[in-house]
Amino acid sequence: MQELVTRAKALLADGTVSRVLGWKNGDMSFNPEPSFFETEESLAEFVYDGFCGANLSKYMIEAGKRDGKTLVFLKPCDTYSFNQLLTEHRVDREKAYIIGVGCRGKLDIEKIKKAGIKGILKIEGADAELNDETLKIKTIYGDSEIAYKDAMLERCHVCKGKEHMIYDEVIGESQDTCDKERFAEVSKIEAMSPDEKFEFFKAELSKCIRCNACRNVCPACSCRKCVFDSTKFDASKKANTTSFEEKMFHIIRAFHVAGRCTDCGECSRVCPEGIPLHLFNRKFIKDINELYGDYQAGAEVNQRGPLTNFTFDDAEPSIVKERG
Amino acid sequence: MQRIGLFVCHCGSNIAATVDVKKVTEIMAMEPSVVHSEDYQYMCSEAGQEKIIQAVKEKNLTGLVICSCSPRMHEATFRKAAQKAGLNPYMVEIANIREHCSWIHKDIEEATEKAVILARAAVAKVNLNTPLKPGESLVTKRALVIGGGIAGIQTALDIADAGYEVDIVEKTPSIGGRMSQLDKTFPTLDCSACILTPKMVEASAHEKINIYTYSEVEKVSGFVGDFTVDIRKKARYVDMNKCTGCGACMEKCPSKKNLSEFNRGLGNRPAIYTPFAQAIPNVPVIDTEACIKFKTGKCGLCSKICAAGAVDYEQKDEIISQKYGAIVVATGFDTINLDKYDEYAYSQSKDVITSLELERVMNAAGPTKGHLERLSDGKHPKEIVFIQCVGSRCSDDRGKPYCSKICCMYTAKHAMLIRDKYPDVNVTVFYIDVRTPGKNFDEFYRRAVEQYGVNYIKGQVGKVIPQPDGKLLVQGSDLLDNKQILKEADMVVLATAIEPNPDVRKIATMLTASIDTNNFLTEAHAKLRPVESPTAGIFLSGVCQGPKDIPETVAQAGAAAVKAIGLLAKDKLMTNPCTAQSDILLCNGCSACANVCPYGAISYEDKEVNDHGIRETRRVAVVNSALCQGCGACTVTCPSGAMDLLGFSNRQLISEVDAICL
Repeated sequence: MQELVTRAKALLADGTVSRVLGWKNGDMSFNPEPSFFETEESLAEFVYDGFCGANLSKYMIEAGKRDGKTLVFLKPCDTYSFNQLLTEHRVDREKAYIIGVGCRGKLDIEKIKKAGIKGILKIEGADAELNDETLKIKTIYGDSEIAYKDAMLERCHVCKGKEHMIYDEVIGESQDTCDKERFAEVSKIEAMSPDEKFEFFKAELSKCIRCNACRNVCPACSCRKCVFDSTKFDASKKANTTSFEEKMFHIIRAFHVAGRCTDCGECSRVCPEGIPLHLFNRKFIKDINELYGDYQAGAEVNQRGPLTNFTFDDAEPSIVKERG
Repeated sequence: MQRIGLFVCHCGSNIAATVDVKKVTEIMAMEPSVVHSEDYQYMCSEAGQEKIIQAVKEKNLTGLVICSCSPRMHEATFRKAAQKAGLNPYMVEIANIREHCSWIHKDIEEATEKAVILARAAVAKVNLNTPLKPGESLVTKRALVIGGGIAGIQTALDIADAGYEVDIVEKTPSIGGRMSQLDKTFPTLDCSACILTPKMVEASAHEKINIYTYSEVEKVSGFVGDFTVDIRKKARYVDMNKCTGCGACMEKCPSKKNLSEFNRGLGNRPAIYTPFAQAIPNVPVIDTEACIKFKTGKCGLCSKICAAGAVDYEQKDEIISQKYGAIVVATGFDTINLDKYDEYAYSQSKDVITSLELERVMNAAGPTKGHLERLSDGKHPKEIVFIQCVGSRCSDDRGKPYCSKICCMYTAKHAMLIRDKYPDVNVTVFYIDVRTPGKNFDEFYRRAVEQYGVNYIKGQVGKVIPQPDGKLLVQGSDLLDNKQILKEADMVVLATAIEPNPDVRKIATMLTASIDTNNFLTEAHAKLRPVESPTAGIFLSGVCQGPKDIPETVAQAGAAAVKAIGLLAKDKLMTNPCTAQSDILLCNGCSACANVCPYGAISYEDKEVNDHGIRETRRVAVVNSALCQGCGACTVTCPSGAMDLLGFSNRQLISEVDAICL
């Protein structure tokens, strides 16, 4: 972490960048938050550890409107989002100085809580650089511990790899933490009967409180004005007339990001109700891979997504009939 | 709110027998924006249109809803009536209560309810309609014909004779198509080449016709009256301007054992070749996969022997970009692959051949110089069995559900020709039905049976079993005698189903012309617009539209030409005003719309915007409405809903859905 701060200070000092986009301490040790740092002094609050799951690429849309370059720290999986935003002309490469930061998997406080660890005071072993395999947790009930792997975010178990897709320089080592099959959960739902599927999603989505956290954090949901907020389409009127509204919100959102979603998993990470929102997106990704060949949004800049491209090998509409 | 006049058509009894038109009229009168509601027997008649005009004038109407047949039938009629009454024609909406309602329902109550729903949806849309004004576009006075068979040649000749430039693009090295492979033609038994080659020569000599052989359409952009087409002229490795067509290169080429496509793989050709003697142009091409020079770098014999110095191994593919006002598709057909028909032993025995292969065998220029012989041992056959409907009228997915239409007649022709030339040969035909509708067709078939003694057996063949002695055991049934038949044959000929040329899928996609489940191009109207594609400016000629014989093909080719000429004769076309528009305040500048636009109508500009007080420069989409065809691909791709289609706005469509659901 200190190396990141030192480098950031140097880049601010020599005028390469005008500000730094990173993470700063939150009100608790396990909830750091994205932050812009305008001065070297302010970097005292900078933090980078296992809880810095937040994907900073979306903030580069705003950063692009300001004068000068912004130094942004991106984890390997965040770089896919940045590339996708570049492809969609939403961020400006010229306005970004990208330091690829090392990542050995990010932590999920909910997993720790679910393991029965309550009254958390302090968590040790979450540093980004040290390869502690165990988290030592001080709680009001005494000391406790959990394996680092067992506390990882779901998305880290299907890690896309340790390589940064775009960067100006890389600081720190990364690990490929993938130890699960990416589409296993999707396949499980696919195997359900239509009624079971409907019940599953109804149960999950009915938890939604429409806080819009998923939409706000999603790098693919970068519309200047979301259709759900726009007065052009009476969507807000509809919200009052249908009890299915929050379900439609998520289904429509999944369609809007289909083919553009990099599977960064931020939607599920920030959902206060713990809805596995990434499953919608991953189902689309699975279908796209099966119908059009393997495709990873954001793997390259300016690649044409299969849903906004046409080739003679494309699946025919009759596939719907064949697949049921 | 609009002041809407709503008219319910009885369409004689077409609608009125199933929909309670009076009730629809009464209920719709209660819609807040409907100020006039009436029903009439035939809205499309003069009197019906007069009712519309009167109502617009008397009640000061601002919008119209006509509950009638499909808008494809009479939308234009009612738009004209609206215009006559002083209304903008785009203030008219049609509620299709015939095709979408009365024709598919039996229960009056249900149908009436649905008619009301459809009418309400149309009213909801008209409430949001705005007057639209079409623009104009220029017509390029040049036609493209894709395919150089008899269909393409005839269409090209007819268009050229009317005084317009025509380009023919033919994939193979010569024009002529399937007809050039045929020996004789039914029902007159005249030689195919004798009637085809004069047409080929005429096309090639016509000052208005330009032929690109060994060429393929690579890219199509634009729209009716103004298409831009990229044509890939594949390298022949022989200079068209220098070659004298002497044929010395073909004689000397040491790589002789390459299967001749023209002879359906039954004979060989050299690596440098013209497909047949009367090929147009009479300029060979080099098959680089067979050519020793291309494979090893050594040889070069053709180049040395060529007195004209026409052989050029360095020749490259050339892309020709040309503008056209009209495009005619004449891509023709091929026989289906017989891999799924193992029971006929086609792949096991050389003596089981398709009818098209028999054409080559019977032809003097074919692999056997026109002698009827078994391809396995060259022996003269004594028993020949013809099997009809191989892959045609097939109920499973091995073959085609349709009748290939030409097989009954060509089999009668083959049978007759064989019996005429070789009276010692017995000919048996297994058939499901013999279909001979056409001028002099049944007479022709009866001649085969009565005069030439061809043995027709109603029944299908279950299996053809090659015997150790080289004979073929044919196991079939005779349905009229209700018995099983076992018959030894020396040759078996399969009347193989025909299917559209496989390339047509690619071409249809480029042209955005629709195709049916059998890959036949769809006509704009099965009865009334049979030679036009639903895509404006695209016309259909020959078997690409459906199975047909030569006279039908030639007739359709002429009809397609007339339609193309009708288009080319116009100087300007009215453009569709229902084009896309981008809301610059909602546009993200993400390029998704430009990626999906098939017409290249969307570009991006950096524009100064004032978004509720925030002034900034943004990258936003701009639609060129002269290029936009209103397909709507951009509107469904745009995640923020910035793209909207005039006349079919998102809001209008949502209102229609609401009217249906609420």
